[in-house]
Amino acid sequence: MGASTLESMINKSKVDKYNHHDYYGIDDLLTEDHLLARDAVRDWVKQEVSPIIENYSEKAECPTHLFKGLAEIGAYGPSLPTKYGGGGMDEIAYGIIMQELERGDSGIRSMASVQGSLVMYPIYRYASEEQKMKYLPKLGSGEFIGCFGLTEPDHGSNPAGMVTNIKDDGDAYILNGAKMWITNSPVADLAVVWAKDEEGKIRGMVVESGWKGFSAPEIHGKLSLRASITGELVFEDVRVPKENVFPEIRGLKGPLSCLSKARYGISWGAIGAALDCYDSALRYSQERVQFGKPIGQFQLTQKKLAEMITEITKAQLLAWRLGSLANEGKASPSQISMAKRNNVAMALDIAREARQIHGGMGITNEYPCMRHMMNLETVLTYEGTHDIHLLITGYDVTGLNAFS
Amino acid sequence: MNLLVCISKTPETTAKISFIEDNSKFNTEGVQYIMNPYDEWYALVRAIELKEKHGGKVIAMNVGPASNDIIIRKALAIGADEAVRVDAEPDSSMFVAKQIANYAQENAIDIVFCGKETIDYNGSEVASITAEMLDLPFVSYASKMEFDGTTATIERDIEGGVEVVQVEKPFVLSASKGLAEQRIPNMKGIMMAKRKPLNVVEAVGHDSKSKLLSYTMPQGKQEVKMIDPENMDELVRLLHEEAKVI
Ligand SMILES: Cc1cc2nc3c(=O)[nH]c(=O)nc-3n(C[C@H](O)[C@H](O)[C@H](O)COP(=O)(O)OP(=O)(O)OC[C@H]3O[C@@H](n4cnc5c(N)ncnc54)[C@H](O)[C@@H]3O)c2cc1C
Repeated sequence: MGASTLESMINKSKVDKYNHHDYYGIDDLLTEDHLLARDAVRDWVKQEVSPIIENYSEKAECPTHLFKGLAEIGAYGPSLPTKYGGGGMDEIAYGIIMQELERGDSGIRSMASVQGSLVMYPIYRYASEEQKMKYLPKLGSGEFIGCFGLTEPDHGSNPAGMVTNIKDDGDAYILNGAKMWITNSPVADLAVVWAKDEEGKIRGMVVESGWKGFSAPEIHGKLSLRASITGELVFEDVRVPKENVFPEIRGLKGPLSCLSKARYGISWGAIGAALDCYDSALRYSQERVQFGKPIGQFQLTQKKLAEMITEITKAQLLAWRLGSLANEGKASPSQISMAKRNNVAMALDIAREARQIHGGMGITNEYPCMRHMMNLETVLTYEGTHDIHLLITGYDVTGLNAFS
Repeated sequence: MNLLVCISKTPETTAKISFIEDNSKFNTEGVQYIMNPYDEWYALVRAIELKEKHGGKVIAMNVGPASNDIIIRKALAIGADEAVRVDAEPDSSMFVAKQIANYAQENAIDIVFCGKETIDYNGSEVASITAEMLDLPFVSYASKMEFDGTTATIERDIEGGVEVVQVEKPFVLSASKGLAEQRIPNMKGIMMAKRKPLNVVEAVGHDSKSKLLSYTMPQGKQEVKMIDPENMDELVRLLHEEAKVI
């Protein structure tokens, strides 16, 4: 095929033809708010994300103009109280919003997850009232962008081993150390950072960009989540005023409570990526003709499609039930681990199968599957790897700790 | 200033259309619905813009069953101040227009906004019948509108061009593409919509003057016939006898 033919096939103007798939009538379990939220975010994604995402992803550039748009639609902390810049919605609404954003791109969903669940949530939950009012409304409106620093170069799955630390120095703490793989960090106005105090207890704090000794260099060369910007956090004798350190919370349960919130959102988000791949594959299977038939008529294609919608339906039911538990304040971290692990792996499998249904075209950016597939490799790893979540379930059911 | 926006519910644009009961009824099985885009994107948004500039309130009105409440909530989430639903099946344009005219009269409405048509039945009837019933000026297919609080200067799409008309309130308008730009409701709007009034009222006088008998589906695409370029006579014959174009 000549280069120009391939180019013209690829550069056809992109119309997002996505249709929702609800095989088990799960919509009937949703409220009017949920459905309105879903349609609004879907329209927003079709208008703002789909037309540009392949381009940004290809250039490995973050569409930073969308930070404001995400704020306007209300994607930051939808289940936090409105007084603190949130949306005052329930946990299912939050999940559905993440699903629709990730239907567009996991990187865009990450921009929102980090801001809402990993930055606004800990400040809402652990900071003093003064600090809440100082930071939260501006984070909710997108005036400030935040990031969350837990992972370190030598401590990923084992954050308790962290070496970043603070030392008391009168009216401030002196912060030293480095964080790695931090979403949004190079463009962030502030970072929620977890570091050990002199007693070796993990403490959380808000560190503003521009403070002396604080830098956030970008990490290049990512083949996944390319439309989301990732960087380091480097602290060299950074003076953190004492009021910026969360007063009460000590230990790993601080950051883990934020991760629970974000992982919950990811368990819904992954369904969005899976739905987009399935939707594209289903349409392609009806349009593409080989051996005189649409490829959807071949049993092997049907097997792929039938298994995809079966797995999506199971994941939707899991997420819905988890959402109902979360609304009652009863979703345990292990239940969240199960849903995150299952739904992300499900989405990655579907992205791969959907890619195959598209044949050669599946490897181009004319179709979304390959981009989702590459993105989902990150989603499988961050917020607790696939295997770590398995061990959390294993610990929960056996009572025996595989980590110690 | 009271601005009334008439919104209707239509099948979503990719819905599969079929008919039941001897082709006399639309098969609603598995069909998803949306607010008619001409009502939502253009009529409603332009009304909200006018309110934002001149004050007053925007009332969204729908004639239909309780299952339509979700699209009414969407109108409230986008920015209407209150809503009214006439609790009845909207089974003819005449009937719907009668409900709108009745409400407009009782509530001192300054401008009635409709979409130029619904994307399902494409009737373009409700707005004009409403204007007639209210004995008000009617401007159809409005694609641009300036308003100074009393007088509106409106551009309307006509075959092959644009017509500019001037009209004083009160009047009835039907909106076409260009009158405004779609506004996507945000989460704040969706939560606020729950606290806005949605009044449900009884219908007035039900005397449909027409009856729907049946629907027919358009013919599907036919297979392409290949004709040998040497055989001109055959081509002419087919164009004459089968395609009936010459
Ligand atoms: C694009 C991107 C964005 C990210 N954003 C953020 C962010 O915003 N903030 C943040 O703090 N972090 C972030 N992370 C970091 C992420 O959470 C970590 O990468 C993740 O926790 C895994 O840590 P690691 O990369 O050090 O891998 P490791 O912990 O070194 O794991 C390597 C492998 O070993 C396995 N493994 C480790 N321990 C065990 C065990 N006990 N038993 C069995 N298997 C084990 C793991 O499952 C994995 O397969 C991001 C990562 C990426 C890729």
